[in-house]
Amino acid sequence: MCGADYGMHRIAASSVDWKAIRADFPILREQAHGHPLIYFDSAATSQKPRIVIEALRNFYEHENANVHRGLHTLSSRATEAYEKSRKRVAEYIGAASADEIVFTRGTTESINLVAQAWGGKFIREGDVILLTEMEHHSNLVPWQLLAERTGARLRFVPVRDNGTLDLDQLPSLLKSDVKLFAFTHISNSLGTINPVAQLCEKAHAVGALSLVDAAQSAGHLPMDVRVLGCDFLAFSGHKMCGPTGIGVLYGRADILDSMPPYHGGGEMIVSVALEKSAFKKAPHRFEAGTPSIAGAIGLAAAIDYIEQIGRAAIFEHDSQLARYAADRLTELAGTRVFGPKEERGALVGFVMDAAHPHDLTTFADQYGLAMRGGHHCNQPLMRRFGVSGTTRASFYFYNTVEEIDRMIEILHAAVRFFS
Amino acid sequence: MTTEIEELYQEVILDHSRRPRNFGELADAAVRVHGDNPACGDEIHLDVKFDTSGALEDIKFTGHGCAISQASASLMTMKLKGKSRAEVVEMLRAFHDLVTEETSEAPKTLGDLRVMKGVRKFPQRVKCAMLAWRAVEQALEQGAGEATVSTEPA
Repeated sequence: MCGADYGMHRIAASSVDWKAIRADFPILREQAHGHPLIYFDSAATSQKPRIVIEALRNFYEHENANVHRGLHTLSSRATEAYEKSRKRVAEYIGAASADEIVFTRGTTESINLVAQAWGGKFIREGDVILLTEMEHHSNLVPWQLLAERTGARLRFVPVRDNGTLDLDQLPSLLKSDVKLFAFTHISNSLGTINPVAQLCEKAHAVGALSLVDAAQSAGHLPMDVRVLGCDFLAFSGHKMCGPTGIGVLYGRADILDSMPPYHGGGEMIVSVALEKSAFKKAPHRFEAGTPSIAGAIGLAAAIDYIEQIGRAAIFEHDSQLARYAADRLTELAGTRVFGPKEERGALVGFVMDAAHPHDLTTFADQYGLAMRGGHHCNQPLMRRFGVSGTTRASFYFYNTVEEIDRMIEILHAAVRFFS
Repeated sequence: MTTEIEELYQEVILDHSRRPRNFGELADAAVRVHGDNPACGDEIHLDVKFDTSGALEDIKFTGHGCAISQASASLMTMKLKGKSRAEVVEMLRAFHDLVTEETSEAPKTLGDLRVMKGVRKFPQRVKCAMLAWRAVEQALEQGAGEATVSTEPA
């Protein structure tokens, strides 16, 4: 899909000074076990540039107050900064209006919000939620819970051996009984990039809505929800240079307005009587209680930072790294690399005959190399590929080819050590 | 090579993970416990047979997982064969201290198991080392039949 989506914004990755960008991340100067840190776990959470850390500090030093309720100066500043962040997010993903942006704690809460508020109202016994075999548990378990509550059924698009979705099966799976097709944009353990626009179109053709889990893509490639044609899109701030505790649910305005509240409390009401309350419109209807104000402001700073570099350049840089890593890993004897060869997101999952993923990651950590070993919240997918877990190296624009070369050296040492 | 990693993966541990002892099933097991560590997918299937006094007459395991979980199971089965219930319970406690307590002196009674001491420097790996022990604990409690045990209580 990607080619079509970045069009005008395309900038050659070679025109960016990646070394200077690396210097923006204070934590990359850390050492682990006496070695320079090599951080290959950005798919779990990305590191934060100084400008985001400063934005948080600036908020707490100059603007901190609760939003939408005080009449004093600081409350106005905080409210303005918070709502400005919402606009910034809307622009970033091409939403028609800031009202389509709900702030949540992260991708997981965004998906749970849809499952409970939308699913609770519109899903009936016998309805089908279509998912894929490559979903993160956060885009699987909320639907299992919904199915248990409502008697709805789940159906899954299978994954091919090469790590792509078996779309040949789609006609028999995506039928008129499907009310929602929820799928990931980029697989967090295979790196597969799914053809979002095509899948959304097919969902609409049978009258289903679409939900895109953009946790691994929002900070990595250009995206425009109107080009993608999705009805819901969920992502987390912390995987795209922002703070933890802030995430986004994009929902088409008419759909959000048709949904009942998710949590009840302050900030989401128009008026409250003892027996009954009237609720605000979206997005505030879904933001009960004091939100992560600093988180939203930090996320907006992260977006400014990412856009300054350019998402097209970031995507080009990161996918080059991932392909390079996959090629180098393939050279290692007794190594199986997962995911598509041609095009992949900024990560590579693999297993080695010589050592279990946990032994490998413990070993690598002793050399300052941070990777993740395990099932990556993808147990059904791991089972489908006949492994209990993989080792995953995931990248972002602050990583380098030299770091990948060093990873290969460390893995050679691991093979010698464990064999 | 750094010291901590060598301490964790001592040669004895690597040897047991490559060539686990008492690996297999007991046809006449009194109890079979399926242990799993959902965090990483490690699995241990432990078969135990008791003698008339209730001591562990024979013990075998199968499974798959990281070097720590498999070596720990292998070393444990060697150590526990022939031990009374009370001895097993005492050893379980001593082994848990060994892999978790920074100050714990390794008691001589643990014998070869003391090579697992390096785990205490790696808190994320304690569950790997404890998996087989959780299974034997469950076997004692259960006494007969089949049971499952997990490092993550449900």
